[in-house]
Amino acid sequence: MTAAVQIDSLNHWFGSFQALKNISLEIDSGEYVTLLGPSGCGKTTLLSVLGGFLKPTEGNVRIGAKDMTLLPPADRPTTTVFQDYALFPHMSLRDNVGFGLRMAGVGKLERHRRADEKLKMVGLVGDGSRRPHELSGGQRQRVALARALAVEPEVLLLDEPLGALDLKLRRTMQDELKVIQRQAGTTFVHVTHDQEEAMALADRIVVMNAGQIEDSGSPTQVYNQPATLFTANFMGEINQIPAQITNGQASTELGQLPATGIPDGEAILCIRPEALCNKGKGLDLMPAKVTDATFFGTYVRVLLISSDARGLTLSAHLPPDDIPPIGDCIQLSVSASALRFFLKDRE
Amino acid sequence: MRTILSRLYLILAFGFIYLPVVVLVLYSFQESGLPVPPFDGPSLKWYDDVLGDSDVTDALTHSLLVAVGSSVVAVILGFLAAYGLARYTFSGSPFIRLLLIAPLTVSYLIVGLGLLIVLTRLGLGLSLVTAGIGHVVINLPLAFAIIFASMNAKQENAERAARDLGATEMRVIFFVTAPMLVPAIAAAFFLSVTLSWDEFIISFLLTRFDITLPVEIWSMLRSGLSPRLNAIGSVVFLISVAVVLILEFTVLRKRHL
Repeated sequence: MTAAVQIDSLNHWFGSFQALKNISLEIDSGEYVTLLGPSGCGKTTLLSVLGGFLKPTEGNVRIGAKDMTLLPPADRPTTTVFQDYALFPHMSLRDNVGFGLRMAGVGKLERHRRADEKLKMVGLVGDGSRRPHELSGGQRQRVALARALAVEPEVLLLDEPLGALDLKLRRTMQDELKVIQRQAGTTFVHVTHDQEEAMALADRIVVMNAGQIEDSGSPTQVYNQPATLFTANFMGEINQIPAQITNGQASTELGQLPATGIPDGEAILCIRPEALCNKGKGLDLMPAKVTDATFFGTYVRVLLISSDARGLTLSAHLPPDDIPPIGDCIQLSVSASALRFFLKDRE
Repeated sequence: MRTILSRLYLILAFGFIYLPVVVLVLYSFQESGLPVPPFDGPSLKWYDDVLGDSDVTDALTHSLLVAVGSSVVAVILGFLAAYGLARYTFSGSPFIRLLLIAPLTVSYLIVGLGLLIVLTRLGLGLSLVTAGIGHVVINLPLAFAIIFASMNAKQENAERAARDLGATEMRVIFFVTAPMLVPAIAAAFFLSVTLSWDEFIISFLLTRFDITLPVEIWSMLRSGLSPRLNAIGSVVFLISVAVVLILEFTVLRKRHL
């Protein structure tokens, strides 16, 4: 089962603190959406509103065609995978997974059959009679997922579901989550503060900051054409260079660069480290001196300082085959499409 | 030297606590009619005597009834109060919590006298039920405190998950909260049972024709010392020990949950 979600001008206050500011968002049925942002940005609050744990001060939530704003969690076609899993410690895994079906009045045999089926889907075959305390963190996470999916929700809400797992396990679970979502076809709304996790999983990333939606789009779009400076920064390492724009030309410490269609004024030029290269493709920039080079396997992270007196520091990800010696001066270049300008007053 | 001294201290301390019980149990096996040295047993004749005495066995049954009945009521009320106060905050909830625990500080004599006055005014006859009410009054604060202390975010999160999966409030309590609190609930229950089982003053004040075992023992004491009393005392002690052992082996074992 799957359904679309429509969020319409949501505002929420905790006392005098406004946690959600005029949030409007449409999520297609079957879409995998991640809400990405730093802690305190309102992403978990938004998820609580979707799950029915929090009544918003203003605004509406529609799931499918029905207004769900005031319905309690039990009456919504949503289930949640909680950050702390919230498994029932006194029940076997089978009873944990079958709990929602039991509440829906499904008979014992059918319940157990469907619970075992869901346990199998998350890779816990034959473990139905074990108790949660016998499991590792990753296994508990799987049970929580199976339990939430067992009632066949239209929308599955995931609240930092992988936050408590170690890095390697997190990456494995990400791949599995994606497969499970494809299989189930359910709409997934996944809250995370890890931008790599968001990019690995999402059809669409919704970047939030200070209670507002900053940006929304596919991972490539949000990464390569961020709508705001905040998004550009949050999605990964970025070089920020002050720029002065006049008549479609930007004068920066790196030299004159094209800024077609950008209005005149002060701006920030953003270039991803991997967009800089030393092979002379694209636009030539000012030469810069290597101050540090670190090998990361798939790339070399090179720190550079522009050779003029102003001392602008740049970070570039260069191919790992030639590590430039420290102290060398190299000629950097960048492709015109990798330049992003943000006007100063937007920040 | 130090170890010998600390061993000695340990033996003295436990001797001080348990010697009276040992003497009581020992002289319940006395052959002659006085529970004083020299010991001339062993004999089971006093056990035969008291267990054949319908006054004593009736009192024993009454005590068990009152203990179990009042404990069940105290634990149910204590659980509901703890649940309400742990899950909902409202103006005055700290004050209500205080009021619930306050009776612990009131002496049993005052509680018993107060209830006696109220029950007499209301024209309610004294019976095992009135004694049971008295025991609920003294055990409720304890049950509440024990259960309230073990409620934490763990159950709250599980409750939230249960609601999310479609459970009504009643089912949340029945399927999630109460089962998760079984150790605390059982501890409160068994503690209430042992306290009610031994309780004398309230039972004495609030019973009339059907009496509990401590009251029966008191009335027997008035006719002087006898190994019969030792035998009854031993039985009472045995039952208390049994309850404590059940508590130890069932509830406190499950700490890891």
